[in-house]
Amino acid sequence: MSKKEDTLSTPLRLLLIDDEVGYVNVLANRLSKRTFQVGKANSGAEAFQLLRQKDFDVAVLDLKMEDMDGIEILKILKKMAPELVVIMLTGHGSAEAAREGISQGAYDYLTKPCELTELIEKINEAYAQRSTG
Amino acid sequence: MEEKKSSSRDYRSLLKKVVFVIIITAITPTVVVSMFILNEFRASYQAKVYDHMELLARKHKKNIDMFLSEKLMDIGWLARSNRFEELSNSVFLNQKFVELQRAFERTFVDIGVVDHEGRQIAYAGPYDLFGVKYSDTDWFKGAMTKPYFISDVFKGLRGAPHFIITVRHEHQGKPWILRATIDFGEFNNLVEYLRIGKSGFAFILNKNGDFQTEPTSDVNPDELVKVLKGDNALNRPSSIFRHKNQEGKEVLYAITTLKNGEWIMVLQQDVDDAFAELNNAQKIALLIILIGSLGSIATAFIVSNQLIKRISMADEEKHTADKEKEIMSQQVIETGKLASIGELASGIAHEINNPVAIMIEEAGWIEDLLEEEEFKEGENLEEFCRALKQINTQGKRCKEITHKLLSFARKTDSRIAEISINALLEEIIYLSSQRAKYGNTEVRTQLEKNLPPVFASETEMQQVFMNLINNAIDAMEKTGGIITLTSKRVGDNILVIVADNGPGIADANLSRIFDPFYTTKPVGKGTGLGLSICYGIVKKIGGDIQAHSVKGEGTTFEILIPQNTEADVPAVGMKGD
Repeated sequence: MSKKEDTLSTPLRLLLIDDEVGYVNVLANRLSKRTFQVGKANSGAEAFQLLRQKDFDVAVLDLKMEDMDGIEILKILKKMAPELVVIMLTGHGSAEAAREGISQGAYDYLTKPCELTELIEKINEAYAQRSTG
Repeated sequence: MEEKKSSSRDYRSLLKKVVFVIIITAITPTVVVSMFILNEFRASYQAKVYDHMELLARKHKKNIDMFLSEKLMDIGWLARSNRFEELSNSVFLNQKFVELQRAFERTFVDIGVVDHEGRQIAYAGPYDLFGVKYSDTDWFKGAMTKPYFISDVFKGLRGAPHFIITVRHEHQGKPWILRATIDFGEFNNLVEYLRIGKSGFAFILNKNGDFQTEPTSDVNPDELVKVLKGDNALNRPSSIFRHKNQEGKEVLYAITTLKNGEWIMVLQQDVDDAFAELNNAQKIALLIILIGSLGSIATAFIVSNQLIKRISMADEEKHTADKEKEIMSQQVIETGKLASIGELASGIAHEINNPVAIMIEEAGWIEDLLEEEEFKEGENLEEFCRALKQINTQGKRCKEITHKLLSFARKTDSRIAEISINALLEEIIYLSSQRAKYGNTEVRTQLEKNLPPVFASETEMQQVFMNLINNAIDAMEKTGGIITLTSKRVGDNILVIVADNGPGIADANLSRIFDPFYTTKPVGKGTGLGLSICYGIVKKIGGDIQAHSVKGEGTTFEILIPQNTEADVPAVGMKGD
C-alpha cells in the first residue's frame, strides 16, 4: 500500500467486467475501500457503454462469459480505448486463451479465483507500466 | 478358466472323433478282407480234409472187400475143385488146410465141412470141433441161404473173437457147407493200423453196433449207430459228417459200408486234429490282424494327437491375439473413460470456481468492514476474525481441489507431450492422498531434482503410476504401511521406483502379474487389467517395467522411462477432449 501513496490524490479508475454479479459486487466493494474508483460491468455490452461514458485506467476482464467471448470483448475494448490496460481473469488451465489475449494487447492474466492482494498488485503494476509506457 | 476347461473338452472330443475315423477306415477293410479270405480258405480246406477222409475210407473198403473176397475165392476154389467125399474126410481136409496155411500163413484158423443139418462132419484146425452141431447158430442159418457167406465177429465155442466165411454146395440134392475161420488178428490188422493224423483211427461195426474189429473205449458204438441210422447213412455207400461225442469233442466221421451194408467201416478223427493246420493258419492270421490293428490304432492316436496339438496351438495363438486385441480396446475404453471423467470434472470445477471466489471475497469484504472503528470494540471481534479466516482457508482448499481437477482433466488425452516426472508424481500423490489416508498408508518421496523432461502421454503416465500406487495401497489395506516413490537418473533414462512394505507377492504369482485378467483381488474388485495396461504403456514408449517381491517384506516396481524425443514415441490416435 505504501507504494500507492502517489496514486491517492488521483484514484485509479478501474473497470471490472464479469458476468458473475456477486463477484463483481464484492470485488468492487473491497477495491473501492482501497481507494480505487470502480466501475462494474456484467457483460461486454455494459462495459462498452460505461467506457463510452467515462475513462478508465485499468480493466479487469473475465475471459469466460456467457454472452460474448472474452477475447472478442478484449479486442473491442482495445479498439475503443487503446490506452486502457487490460488484466484478464481466466479459469485454471486456460493458459492458451490467456496467451492469445496477451497477443491481442492485454497486459497480463491471473487465474481465478485469485487473492485480492495479488490482484491489487497486478493492477498497480499494470497502471505503473501504463504511466511510464 | 471355465472357457479353458470347455475348450480342452472340445479338443478331447475332436481327438476321439479323428481317432475313431482313422481306426475305422484303416481297420475295417483289413478285417473284412481277412475274414473273407479266411472263410474261403476254411471252406476249401474243409473240402480237402473231407475228400482225403473219403478217399482213405474208400481205399480201405476196397482193401477189406478184396481181403474178404480173396478168402471166399480161396475156399470157393477148394470146395469146387474137390469132391464132397474127399472133403468130408478129415485127413484130406487137414491136408488141404496145411496147404492153405502154407500159402496164407495164419489167415485161416481152421476149416470144416458142415452138412445140411448143421453137423460138422469134417474138421481141420487146432480145436477139437469134430462133430459139433451148428444148426442153431446165426451164421449157419445165414450160410444156408447164400452161396457165399461172411459172418459177424463172434466168440463162439472157442471163446475168442473170430468170424466165419462159408461157401455152400450141394451133394445128392442136399446142401453142405465148407466153412473157414478167419484169424481175427489178421483181419483186425487191416484196420487197426490205419492212422489218420494224430487222433484218427478206423474200426468196423455191424448194424447192431457190435465191434467187428478190436473194440476201443474211445467210441460209443451204440450212440454212433443211432446217429448213423438217423442220418440214413447206412443206405449210402459212403458219407462224411461231423458229430459231437459224449465228451463234447467234435469228431469227424467217414463212413463206408461193407458186406452189402451189414458192416460199417468208420474212420474217425477229432475235428481239432483234422483242422489243426487250418486252425493254426487262422490263429496266425488273427494274430497278424490284431498286430496290424494295434499298429493302426497306435498310429491313429499318435497322428491325431499331433494334429490336435497343432490345432490347439493355433487356437491358443488366435486366443492370445484376441486377448491382446481385447486389452487394446480395453485400454482405449479406459482412456476414453478417463477423458469423459476429465470433462465432467472440468465442468464442475469451472462451475464451482465462481461461487468459491465470491465466498472468499465476501469473507474478505467482511474482514475489510471489521477494520472500521465501530466494530473494533465488539466483544466478538476476535471470534469473527477467526471464522472469516476459516472461511478463507476452506475456500482456498476448494480452490486447490478445483485446480487439481482441472489439471487432471486437461491431461486426459494420450497426446505426447513434454512432461516432468516429478511434477506428475507429486500430482498423483496429491490425488491419491485421500485413499492413502483411509488405507493408513504413508507416501514418501525421494525425488531427484532437475530431472530432464520425458516425452510421453501425461494421461498414460498418470495411469501407470496411479495404478501402481493404488495397488500398493490395496495390498497394505489391512496392515497399513509406507509407499516410497523414488525417481532418479540412470544413464540417459529415468528410473521411477514404487516400493511398498506390504505382504509381498508369492513367487508363483509374480511371473503372472502382468498377464491380462490375472488378479488376486476378490471377485468384482479388480479387472486384472491394471498392470497389463501399465506394461503396455511403458513398453509403448520404449521403457521397461519390472516387479520384485519378497514375501512379507514388500513389493518393488521399477519403471524405466527412456529419455527420448517426441518423434521416438509412436502416436496413438486417442484424443481426450
